[in-house]
Amino acid sequence: MKLTRRHALGLSAGAIAFAATGLRAVPASASVEDTEKRIMEFTGGKAPESGKITLDAPEIAENGNTVPVSVSVESAMSGDDLVESVMILAEGNPNPAVATFHFTALSGAATATTRMRLAKTQNVIAVARMKDGSVFMDKKEVKVTIGGCGG
Amino acid sequence: MAAPKPRVKVPKTASAGEVITIKTLISHNMESGQRKDKDGNPIPRQIINKFTCEFNGQKVFECDLDPAISANPFFEFSAKVNESGTFKFTWVDDDGSVYSSENQIEVK
Repeated sequence: MKLTRRHALGLSAGAIAFAATGLRAVPASASVEDTEKRIMEFTGGKAPESGKITLDAPEIAENGNTVPVSVSVESAMSGDDLVESVMILAEGNPNPAVATFHFTALSGAATATTRMRLAKTQNVIAVARMKDGSVFMDKKEVKVTIGGCGG
Repeated sequence: MAAPKPRVKVPKTASAGEVITIKTLISHNMESGQRKDKDGNPIPRQIINKFTCEFNGQKVFECDLDPAISANPFFEFSAKVNESGTFKFTWVDDDGSVYSSENQIEVK
C-alpha cells in the first residue's frame, strides 16, 4: 500500500496501522466464521443464550484506535453463581480476538472495562461462561468513523 | 520505546466486604503485528499479553490481551476486600519482560 504524504502527516502512527489492516485482503466472512469458531471453542460447543450479560460500547466510535468497551454480568460472584470468563470479540477485525477476562470470587462483581481497536464498522460480541457451564452472549454494532483511511 | 510505566488507582481505605473499583493503565505501544514500516516490511508484534491482579497472593482478576487492545492498555474492574493487604498488579510482555506495581489498602 502506498501512503501519500498527506496520510503520513495527517494520521497518527496508529491510524496508519489501521489503514494497513483495512486494506488487507481478508474477506469479511472469513473473520465472521473465525469468530463463530472461537465462540464454540470458548463455550465448548454450547450455543450461547441471551440475557445476563451486558456489553457496553459506543454506538459511534470516532476513532477506531481506542474504543471503550465494558461488560457486566449479573451474578452474585459467590458459591456456584460465579462468572468464570468473559471473552470479547470484534468480528470485523483481521483477528477477531480482543480480550478474555477471568474473574474469581474475590472480584466481587463481574464487570470490567478496557479500550480496544476496531478496524471498521462491525459487531462486537461478548460471551460469558459461568461456573455451572451455562453461556450467555451479547452483541452490539459499533460504527467506526476513522478506522483507517477515512474508513 | 521507553520502559512501560504502570499507573494504578486503588482506594487507600475500604470497609470490610466492600467491592471497590480499581483502574490501571500502563504505557505500552502494543505493536499489533499488522503495521508496516516505511519500506513495507511488517513490524513484528509486541504486546502485553497478560494482566493479573492479586490480593495477598490470591488471584482477583486476570485478562488475556490480544493485539486488538489499544495502546497504553487500560483496565477498570472490581475487587472485594475483606481484610487489609496488598494488591499486586503484573503485566507480561511478549518479550518476556514483567512489569509490576503494588498498592496497599487498609480495611477499617
